[in-house]
Amino acid sequence: MSVIWTMIAKRLGLGLLTLFIISLIIFGATELLPGDLAKSILGQSATPETVAAFRRELGLDLPAHTRYLNWLFGALQGDFGTSLANKRPISDLIATRLGNTLFLALYAAAISVPLSLTLGVLAALYRNSIFDRAVNALALTSISFPEFFVAYILIFVLAQSGLFPSMAQVDARTGFAEMLYRTFLPALTLTLVVTAHMMRMTRAAIINLLASPYIEMARLKGIKPMRVILRHALPNALAPIITVVALNLAYLITGVVVVEVVFVYPGLGQLMVDSVAKRDFPVVQAVALIFAAAYVLLNLTADVLSTLSNPRLVHRK
Amino acid sequence: MFNSHNDGGLSRRGLLKGATALSASALILPAGMRSAAAAEPKKGGTLRIAITGGSTTDSLDPATWSELFVQVFAACRVNYLTEIAADGSLVGELAESWEASADAATWRFKIRSGVTFHSGKSLTPEDVVASINHHRGEDSKSAAKPIVEQITNIEIDGENVVFTLTAGNADFPFVMSDYHLAILPSADGKIDATSGDGTGGYIIDSWEAGVNAKVKRNPNYWKEGRAHFDAIELYSILDSAARQNALITGEVDVIDKVDTNTVGLLSRAPGIKILATTGTQHFVFPMDYRAAPFSDNNVRLALKYALDREEMVEKILGGYGAVGNDHPIGPGDQFFAADLEQHAYDPDKAKFHLKEAGMDSLNVQLSAADAAFAGAVDAAVLFSEKAAAAGINIEVVREPNDAYWDNVWMKKPFCASYWGGRPTPDWMFTTAYAAGVPWNESFWDNGRFNELLLSARSELDFAKRKDMYHEMQMICQKEGSTITPMFASYVMAHSDKVATPDVVATNWGLDGFRCVERWWFA
Repeated sequence: MSVIWTMIAKRLGLGLLTLFIISLIIFGATELLPGDLAKSILGQSATPETVAAFRRELGLDLPAHTRYLNWLFGALQGDFGTSLANKRPISDLIATRLGNTLFLALYAAAISVPLSLTLGVLAALYRNSIFDRAVNALALTSISFPEFFVAYILIFVLAQSGLFPSMAQVDARTGFAEMLYRTFLPALTLTLVVTAHMMRMTRAAIINLLASPYIEMARLKGIKPMRVILRHALPNALAPIITVVALNLAYLITGVVVVEVVFVYPGLGQLMVDSVAKRDFPVVQAVALIFAAAYVLLNLTADVLSTLSNPRLVHRK
Repeated sequence: MFNSHNDGGLSRRGLLKGATALSASALILPAGMRSAAAAEPKKGGTLRIAITGGSTTDSLDPATWSELFVQVFAACRVNYLTEIAADGSLVGELAESWEASADAATWRFKIRSGVTFHSGKSLTPEDVVASINHHRGEDSKSAAKPIVEQITNIEIDGENVVFTLTAGNADFPFVMSDYHLAILPSADGKIDATSGDGTGGYIIDSWEAGVNAKVKRNPNYWKEGRAHFDAIELYSILDSAARQNALITGEVDVIDKVDTNTVGLLSRAPGIKILATTGTQHFVFPMDYRAAPFSDNNVRLALKYALDREEMVEKILGGYGAVGNDHPIGPGDQFFAADLEQHAYDPDKAKFHLKEAGMDSLNVQLSAADAAFAGAVDAAVLFSEKAAAAGINIEVVREPNDAYWDNVWMKKPFCASYWGGRPTPDWMFTTAYAAGVPWNESFWDNGRFNELLLSARSELDFAKRKDMYHEMQMICQKEGSTITPMFASYVMAHSDKVATPDVVATNWGLDGFRCVERWWFA
């Protein structure tokens, strides 16, 4: 097991380095964007005097490296600062939205992961049958449409008939069952978008193994096809499946802004877009780091799980 | 000193006359749609409005307000010294009455007594002074700074607040209705700009920037016959299809900014009414007056004759608007010069003016992005197509929406822009047409125009003022450096459960932001 612990420690260390580099890149990128917060907030009504007053108050007139170091020292002490635009602490701004984003991601994952694994296994079992072809065609169709189109179709079919709400408005007072009901359509949209990738990967990984001699052996012994796949093929196909699931989970956390906009769901994506548009640098940094951390942690989890699923890697000589 | 209410020049009746004409012409309503409105307002219910323009970066500080969401949210919570009534006339809000000195350079506002803030604090003249001072001075970062710059001194005299201006301004009480100039509670001469307190009809219940705002009725609201709802929920919905869906599925009762491409579909949905008002909002193509070829008035005139305004209103606005006549005064304004010849598409005239300028053909670049106004790029392409017949080659440059006001507007010589409009001609001209002002987007400088602007501003005689404004509109039209092809309507929609008054304000969308206190559930 020590292999695992060393790996986790190493990867976490590298993850921190990654986050630091990302914060530098994000800062550089926001610096490269034309205009700054003062001009973006005032828009058409900006005058040189008001822009100057804005910059003085927010310290935007300081040189870039000073601003970055100020932010970095704060962040190292766990203080991500306040939003430049509305002076609210960033931790407050992000807390509920992060909760919402994670809720929706987990909800969509809870539907899509079992669904795609089941469909993938079944498609491998009945490969090249009508069922296999139909599942593949459906999954590829739903992934090929842009998310907003899938969302509008679902609204047209399921919301305009009154079955589900078209607006996923939730707040701290919304109960759990009510949350599940109100966010069903966005979760379903995301499910349709991510299922194909995981399903196809499961199917491919299993079919790959079905040609192996040990599977042949199992079959010759007369084991039922379903048992061959679940007991013998699946455990060996886990590594690529876990990786693709982790990748899709990371996508569910970081890439759903379009779904958020269509369903009016208050998640991190919209916060990120608004903050970039207004050049609210501390908020952009904080959200970008959360997204980066999600990728780092999920990839790490995937690697740990893949390693665990392979005894040859765990018990290395 | 005289009381401006009783003076011929600026009487409320005089304003009312013009304004009634405005409301009659401005309301575009399909027949049979006003039936629910005749009833008396009823109290109760929770109004849910879906509004565009909300952002997670929104602030409660009035200095930063610029988009519809915060504007309507503000209309729930705060009051101003004056209010533009639905018919376009000016009425007192926290100012009970006001009077001007003979040169209109000193204004005395009597502050209403017995008004309390949500916190229980009584409104005092000190609050008014601190609230206006919030936008003045060296450190002001307020979008309203340019309009309060004319104030040199603010004094308290008993129940009155006295403003001294740099020069006479007959429209000063209108300035005090500007949506930034909210009256907030003060302590030691400073307001707490982000407390959310106010004297308005509703009290903040919860607010999540960029998501929603919930307010409940202020039981001690001083205004009679206003603020009928028990509670109001404002939802920020950026996507126009999502707004329409929310209305159709009954998630909200009112939506703003209906997409004019799909308004026909929406109007056929059961239980939904479309409401459109044409006021001061207009779209423009300013040309840089300082640089060739636009420094030649013949070139400017050629361009003015080279675009088809009717077609633009039809195709860009979906018919929800009115043609412009190359000046910023809307057809509903009491000072509108109706007898001015309407500029129309005329390639021959455009060619003639090109010849006068000594050219056979003209090549220009027109920068546009939808950040300027919805459909700006399409409008520029239409312009280009039609202008070709007159030998004018317009190359449409599609600019990024991001930082459009920063990098394109007033930087490129010919671009698209918009004005939400101002309630008075003086305000509009002073903001964007007077020589040397920061938002003079065409850098236009016309001696006669500037002279008239100054004399009209302090002129309290209505007829004389009207003549001056007519001449100014004519100068804008014939010599101005801004093409004004169209006035765009505010297009909203609401469920038939919501009742609106017979006259709906046209100065801004959603009944001049005041739907929250003027509308009710039928």
